[in-house]
Amino acid sequence: MALDRVWVFAEVLDGQPITPALELLTRARSLGGTVEAVCLSPEAESAAAALGDHGATTVYAGTDPAYADLLLGGPGADALAALAGEHSPDLILFPTTYTSRDVAGRLAAKLDVPVISNGLDVSVDGGISVESSIFGASQNVSTRFEGRGPAIALIRPKSFAAEPSGGGAPRIVPVEVPIADQHRSARVVERVIDKATGPKLEEAPIVISGGRGLGDPKNFALLEEFASLVGGAVGASRAVVDAGWVPYAMQVGQTGKTVKPTVYIACGISGAMQHTVGMKGAKNIVAINKDAEAPIFKLADLGIVGDVLKVVGQVIEELKARQT
Amino acid sequence: MNVVVCVKQVPDPNSVGQLDPSTHNLRRDGVEVVLDPGDEFGIEAGLQLAEAHGGKVTVVTMAPEKGLDAIRKALAMGAAKGVLVSDPSLAGADALTTAKVLAAAIRREGFDLVITATESTDGYTGVVPQALAEYLGVPAVTFAKAIQSDGSSLTVRRQTEAGYDNVEAVLPAVVSVTAGVNEPRYPSLKGIMAAKSKPVDRLSVADLGLDGLVPGQAIVSVQPAEQRKAGEVVEDDGTAAHRVVEFLAAKKVI
Repeated sequence: MALDRVWVFAEVLDGQPITPALELLTRARSLGGTVEAVCLSPEAESAAAALGDHGATTVYAGTDPAYADLLLGGPGADALAALAGEHSPDLILFPTTYTSRDVAGRLAAKLDVPVISNGLDVSVDGGISVESSIFGASQNVSTRFEGRGPAIALIRPKSFAAEPSGGGAPRIVPVEVPIADQHRSARVVERVIDKATGPKLEEAPIVISGGRGLGDPKNFALLEEFASLVGGAVGASRAVVDAGWVPYAMQVGQTGKTVKPTVYIACGISGAMQHTVGMKGAKNIVAINKDAEAPIFKLADLGIVGDVLKVVGQVIEELKARQT
Repeated sequence: MNVVVCVKQVPDPNSVGQLDPSTHNLRRDGVEVVLDPGDEFGIEAGLQLAEAHGGKVTVVTMAPEKGLDAIRKALAMGAAKGVLVSDPSLAGADALTTAKVLAAAIRREGFDLVITATESTDGYTGVVPQALAEYLGVPAVTFAKAIQSDGSSLTVRRQTEAGYDNVEAVLPAVVSVTAGVNEPRYPSLKGIMAAKSKPVDRLSVADLGLDGLVPGQAIVSVQPAEQRKAGEVVEDDGTAAHRVVEFLAAKKVI
C-alpha cells in the first residue's frame, strides 16, 4: 500500500526539536507520501526550521504559551485528534520518550485506534507494520495495524540516525485547537534540569553499568570514578533500580533506556533479558561477573570472570597511572 | 482519599518468555507467575496516601483466574478490597482493550486517585496509564519519582529526559509510578491472614457493560533475532584489569 501522509510528533527542548523526532522524520522520508510534523510548544516556530531540514514539508505549530506549563498528554491528544480529523494522516509516529508516550497513549484512546509501542522500525508492505523485539530481543515480532487509521506507533530512540534531507523551510500551519479546562488541573510548576557531571547516558561513548553483583549501593561510587576517568556515563540494571539503589533515569533495558555506545561495560550484571535489550546494540561489550555461567557472557566481546570490585578498582588504578 | 491501584500478574521476569505459536499470545502454562515487581511500588504509594489522608486502597486486575494471587498479595500488604476482571474473551488483549476494561472496573468503584506502574514487565506497551486517564477523563501524571499530597491535590516529581518536573495536580487523577519511588513493605503474617477474609469482586466483560472489544492489531510474524556472537571469556588471574584497559585502548575510547 502507498501512504499519502505520515506525521511525526516533535517535542521541543530549548527551542529545538528533540533528536528522536528528527530520527523519525528521517525514516518517514523513505515510507512514501508526504512527511509532516506536529509541534506543540511556544517555541514551535523556531523549531520548525530543523524539522523542515529533516524532511517535514509542513509543520503544524501550536504555540499556546500554556503548552509550556501543562502536561502535554491531554492537550496534545486533543490537538492531534482534531488535526487528524481534518487532514487524515495514515500514520503518526512518536518517539518513545516520557511525554510522547503520554500523548500517543491518550490519542489512541481518544480516536479508538490501536497504538503499537516499542517499535524499532516501521514498514508499509501490504499494510502498516511495526517491527519490535521481545523477550530481551531474542525474537523479532512484526505487528500489523488493522481496521481504520490513523496508525499510531511509538518508536524507540536511536532506531535510526537523524540525517538532514536538504529540504527547504517548511510551511507553517498554526494549530488553534483550544486547551480544555480539564487539562489545566495538572500544571508543571518547576522544570529541574539535572546537572550532568559527564556525558548523557544515551550519548556517552562508554557506558559503565552496575547490577546486583556490586553488592551494595555505595559501590556505584566506584563506577562513577571509572566513568569520570574515561568520559563515560553510568547506567544500571533494573534489579538495582527496583531495589532503590539508583534512580530510574539510570536504567538501561526494556523498560529503561536504549544505549549504543562504542564500549558498554557490564559490572556485576547477570544479563537478564530485561537488561540486554537496552544494550545489545553496543559496538563492543565487556562483562565482569563472578558467575561464569552468567548469560551476559554470551554477548560479551571480552568477558572477565572475577571479583567485580577488585577488577574495577584495578582498572581505575591503571587508568590513573596512564594519565600521569 | 480512595485509591485504586492497577496490578498485573506476570511471568517471572527472570524466566524466558514464550509466545504460543498459533495464537501469538503469551504462554502462561508452565511458567511461574508473580505480582509484577513494578506494581509493588504503586501498592505501597497507595497505602501511604490512604494511611495519611484516610480512605482505602482497592486493587484492580485484569487477568485469568491466577491473577487472584496478585490481588491476595496486595491485600496482604494492606489493600482493603480486590477486583478481578476475568474473561476468556480478554486473552491476548491489547493495551487499549486493557485500558478500557480497567477504566470500566475503576469507574464502578469510584476513585480520587488511580495509581499504576509505568509499564508492565511482560507486555510493556507503556501506554495503559495514559489511555486509562483518557477514558476516565482525568489528567495522567506519569513517571512519578516522588508523590506528596495534602489530601485533595498532589505534588509529583515527574521523571523527564533532562531531569524532573515538579507537577501539581488537583484530584481526581491517574498517576504512574516508577520503580524505586518508595520502599514497598513486606506483607506481615497478620496481613496475610487478614487478606483471606477481605472482599474480592469477580467480574466478566459483560458485568462491566462492555462488548465488541476488537483489537485493531495483529502479530503477523515472529522470527528469532540475530544474536551477538560471544567473544573471549577469561578467568581473572590478576591481569584482567589490564586486559580491560587494553581493550578500551584498542577501541580508541581512552
